[in-house]
Amino acid sequence: MKFAIVQFPGSNCDHDAYHAARHVLGQQAEFVWHKDTDLRGADAVVLPGGFSYGDYLRTGAIARFSPVMGRIREFADDGGPVIGICNGFQVLLEAGFLEGALLRNRRLKFLCRHVRVRVEETDTPFSCGAAAGQVLRLPIAHGEGSYHAAPETVDALEANRQVVFRYCDAEGAATDGANPNGSLRGIAGVCNRRRNVVGLMPHPERACESALGSEDGRVVLESVVAAMAAPGAA
Amino acid sequence: MIEQATIDAHGLSLQEYRRLVEILGREPTLTELGIFSVMWSEHCSYKSSRRHLRRFPTDGPRVLQGPGENAGAVDVGDGLAAVFKIESHNHPSFIEPYQGAATGVGGIIRDIFTMGARPIALLDSLRFGALEGEHGRPIPETVRLVDGVVAGIAGYGNSIGIPTVGGEVAFEPGYAGNPLVNVFCLGVAKAERLAKGVASGAGNPVYYVGAKTGRDGIHGATMASAEFDDSSADNRPAVQVGDPFMEKLLLEACLEVMETDALVGIQDMGAAGLTCSTCEMAARGGTGIDIDVSRVPQRETGMTPYEIMLSESQERMLLVVRRGREAEVERIFDKWDLHAVRIGEVTGDGLLRVRDRGRVVAEIPNRELADAAPLYDRPIRCPAWLDEAQRLDLSALSAPPDLTRTWLDLLAAPVIASKRWIWRQYDHMVRTNTVALPGLGAAVVRIKGTGRALEMSVDGNGRHAWLDPREGGRLAVAEAARNVACAGADPIGATNCLNFGNPERPDIMWQFVQAVEGIAEGCRALGIPITGGNVSLYNETDGQAIYPTPVLGVVGLLEDAGRVLTRLFPAAGLDVVLLGDAVPDPAGAGGLGGSEYLKRVHGLVRGRPAPVDFDRERALQRLVVDAARCGMVCSAHDCAEGGLAVALAECCVESGGIGARVDLPGPTASNDGFDVVRTLFGELPSRIIVSVTPARGDELLARARSAGVPAAAIGRTGGDRLTVSVAGGVVADVALKTAEHAWATGLTRHLDPAAVQGSASWESAR
Repeated sequence: MKFAIVQFPGSNCDHDAYHAARHVLGQQAEFVWHKDTDLRGADAVVLPGGFSYGDYLRTGAIARFSPVMGRIREFADDGGPVIGICNGFQVLLEAGFLEGALLRNRRLKFLCRHVRVRVEETDTPFSCGAAAGQVLRLPIAHGEGSYHAAPETVDALEANRQVVFRYCDAEGAATDGANPNGSLRGIAGVCNRRRNVVGLMPHPERACESALGSEDGRVVLESVVAAMAAPGAA
Repeated sequence: MIEQATIDAHGLSLQEYRRLVEILGREPTLTELGIFSVMWSEHCSYKSSRRHLRRFPTDGPRVLQGPGENAGAVDVGDGLAAVFKIESHNHPSFIEPYQGAATGVGGIIRDIFTMGARPIALLDSLRFGALEGEHGRPIPETVRLVDGVVAGIAGYGNSIGIPTVGGEVAFEPGYAGNPLVNVFCLGVAKAERLAKGVASGAGNPVYYVGAKTGRDGIHGATMASAEFDDSSADNRPAVQVGDPFMEKLLLEACLEVMETDALVGIQDMGAAGLTCSTCEMAARGGTGIDIDVSRVPQRETGMTPYEIMLSESQERMLLVVRRGREAEVERIFDKWDLHAVRIGEVTGDGLLRVRDRGRVVAEIPNRELADAAPLYDRPIRCPAWLDEAQRLDLSALSAPPDLTRTWLDLLAAPVIASKRWIWRQYDHMVRTNTVALPGLGAAVVRIKGTGRALEMSVDGNGRHAWLDPREGGRLAVAEAARNVACAGADPIGATNCLNFGNPERPDIMWQFVQAVEGIAEGCRALGIPITGGNVSLYNETDGQAIYPTPVLGVVGLLEDAGRVLTRLFPAAGLDVVLLGDAVPDPAGAGGLGGSEYLKRVHGLVRGRPAPVDFDRERALQRLVVDAARCGMVCSAHDCAEGGLAVALAECCVESGGIGARVDLPGPTASNDGFDVVRTLFGELPSRIIVSVTPARGDELLARARSAGVPAAAIGRTGGDRLTVSVAGGVVADVALKTAEHAWATGLTRHLDPAAVQGSASWESAR
C-alpha cells in the first residue's frame, strides 16, 4: 500500500514517518507538499508532527487553510484512512476533522519522554492490529498536548467509543500519575464518528525499531496496512 | 572628520584607528568606521587569541575541512562527512536568557547547514552561578537563568526539528554574572559536496535571503567583546529575537539549492551581520563585492546604511549564485515562500563597496578588512594567588564520619545529579536517529543507511582549569574523548569553545595560553585534530572573571551502531572491573585537589587536579573501544566528578534496580585519615568502570595487562543495595532506591520542586 506523508513547511517528523513507512514497514510512501492537491493515489494519509507554519498563533491554526487540507477532507469523506500525529493531531482538531482542543501541558513545559498508552478501541484502521487493552510504550514530544473538550463532548466521545488511546501505567491502569500532560480522562488519541480519521499525541513512527528503544509503534502503522489489504477495504 | 568620542564608542583603540586610516588612505565615513569596528572586534577578529590557536593540531587523515570555514568536517566513510562546531552565546544569554540561548542554537545550526550538511544533533555545555544558597535553598536568580536558557534551547531546537541529544551543566558562584551557553551542532553532508563561504567569479550575483533586517543586535559583536557592568541589562536591544520557523525554511531551501550546482558560495549572517558575510566571502575568494543596501529587505523604516550593515537580525543568509542560474535558485526559494533578493554582485577589484541607492557609502579593501585585523601578543603573567590556591593541606581538615551520607550528598550535587528535568524539555528523539537516550553517556546518533553511528561528548571543568589551566585543558580533552570511547567509538575530531575573562589582564591571558597549550598537548597525544571552534573572552562582571572554562566537543565514529555501550549495568551477576588505578597515590592529594568532594563537603576549591598521563589514557581508550567492538564488555562508564564511588552508583541508577557490591584494595587508615575518602571520591583521570560476563572476565584482564592498563575485578552486579568495601571492610552501604532518589531529585528539587513531589516512582531508563 501507499502512504501519503503531508509536508507543511514546518513539519519536522515528515522524514521519520517516511522512514517508518518506507524502510521499516517496506511500504510505498510519498511526500505531498502542502500546496499540492494531488494525493498521488495514496491509500492512507499521514499528517506528521512538527510546527506546521511556525505555530506562533496557535498550533495547527494556519495549516488548516492550506490547499492540501481540502483534498484530504474529500479523501476522508470518502472513508480514506487519515492519521494525525502530534502536530498533525493538532491540525486535524483545528480543521474540524476531530473534536476537542489541545492546551499547554499541565506543567507548562515541553515534554519529551516515553509514555504508555492503552489501546481502547480496535475498530479503527490505525488500531485494528492491536488487542483491546494492549499497552504500548511510545514517545511523546510536545508542549501543547493536554486534550480538552466540553464535558458533554467528552461524554459523547466515550459513549461513541471514539477514545482510541489513553495514557496508562505499565499495568494498563489509566491513573493520573501516568497522564503526562493533564489531558482530560487521560485521552491520548481520538477518532471521528466514522472511525477512519485518528489523531494522537504520542509518536508511533518513532517507536518502530528496537534500536530506538521500542517497536510498539509499529502496530499503529501496520494496522492500516492490514486494513487496506483486507477484502472490502476502501 | 571622526571625533575621538565616536572612535571610543566603537571600541577601537587609537592605534587601531590609525591602522584603518592607513588602509583606506583617508578618514573613514561613519559607515566604514562601524564596519571596521565590528570586523576588528575581539569576537570577529580573534585578535588576542589567534596567534595562540595556531598551536592546535588541525590535520589528520580524516580531516576534510579544518578551521577557517563556517564549521569543520571529518570523513566518516561511505562518502559522508560529519560537519560540526561549538559556539558560545554567553553574553546575550545573561541579558535575555530565553532569546540569548535560542539565537545561540539558531546561529550554530546555520553554521552547519551553510556547509551543505543536514544538522542531526545538538548538545549544550552550560554554566550558571551557584544553585544552592543558604540552608540549601535555591538561589532564585540562578533558577530564573536556568529556566530561561533551557526553555530557549528547547524552543528553538524542538521547533526546527533537530534533536538535542546531550550536554553538560555545572554551577559555580563565579558564573553568576556570566553564565556560559555553549552550543554544539553536528550535521552530515556528502563529502564531495561540502559548501564553502566563498565569493568567486566576477559578475556572479549576490543574493540575500531570509528574515528582514531590523535594528536588533546592532553592535552585538562589540558587546560580546566588552566586560559587563551594572548597566549591562540596558543592553537588551543588542540581543536578537529568534524565529525558528524562518530558520527551518532557510535550512530546507538552502539544502535544496545546494543539491543543484548553481551555488558558488554561501554564508550566514551571524555576528557582524551583512558586514562579516560580505567581506569574509570575498576575502576567501580573493574578490570584491559590490552591494546596494537599499535593496536589502528591511523591517523598519529609515534605516541607515550603517545600521543595515551592522544589524545582527537572525535567520539571514548570503549566497553567491552562478550567473545565468538565477531563476533556478529563485524558484527553490519561492517554493519555501522565501524571497531571495539580488543585492549586488561579485567584482574583481578586491573592494567591499557598499552603496545606498547607487551612492557609494563605503569602499574598503576586503582582504585588509578581513585578515589584517590587529594581532595582539598580550602580556601574560601567572596570577599571584595561584600558589596559595594550589596548596591543599588535608591535615587541617577532618574526614567525614559517615561516608555513606557523603556519598548520597555527592549524588545529590547539582553537577552530578540527574539532568532529566532539563533534557526532557528537549525533543531528543526527532529524526529517529537517537540510539542512546541523554544522560547515559556520550550522545549517540546513527547515520541512516550506513549501519554506523556518531558519538559526541562536550566536557570541561572550570574548577580544574582555574586551579591549573594547562592541566584543565588536558583533562577536558581526555574526558571528552574518554566519554566517546566508553560508548564504543573511536574519537576522530574535536571542536572547542574557550571561555575566559578579559584578555587585557595578564593573569587571564596566562590562563588562556596555558589552557590552549594543554588542549593542544592532549589532542596531539590522542591523535584528535581540532577542526574549528570559538573563543569567548571578556566573560567578567565588575572585574570578576569566570573560571577559565575550555570546553571540548569530541566526535567519535562507531562502526556498528548496534554495539553502543551505556553507563548502565545491564544485568545482575556480572563482574565489575575497574580499568585504571584503584588506589590513588597517597603522596599527592590523590585526586582530591579541585574535586567535587572537597567543594561539597569542605566548601573548598583548592589543590591541583590529578594530572593525566596520555600514554595511559590512550591505551585505556584503545582497550575499551576494542573490548566494546568485540562485545566483550556489557557497559562502560568514565569516573569523573565524585570519583569511583559516584561512578559506581551511576552505573546502577536507572538500571531497573540492579545494585552492586564491590571491594576495593588499599589502605584503610593512615596519618591524615583520608585514605578511604581518596579511594571513594578522589578524581583520578584515566579510569573506566566496565561490566563483563564472568566467563570473559579473565580475557578482559589479560587484554588490559598486555595493553599496560591496570585492571582489577572489584565486585559483582546485583542485589538491591550499593555496597563498597575497602580491603574487606564495608565503608559505605545504601539501598539502591535511596541512592536513586538522592540522584534523581538533586537538581530538580531546586529547579522545579513541584515536579519532584509529583514523581514518586523512578523508572528504568530502558
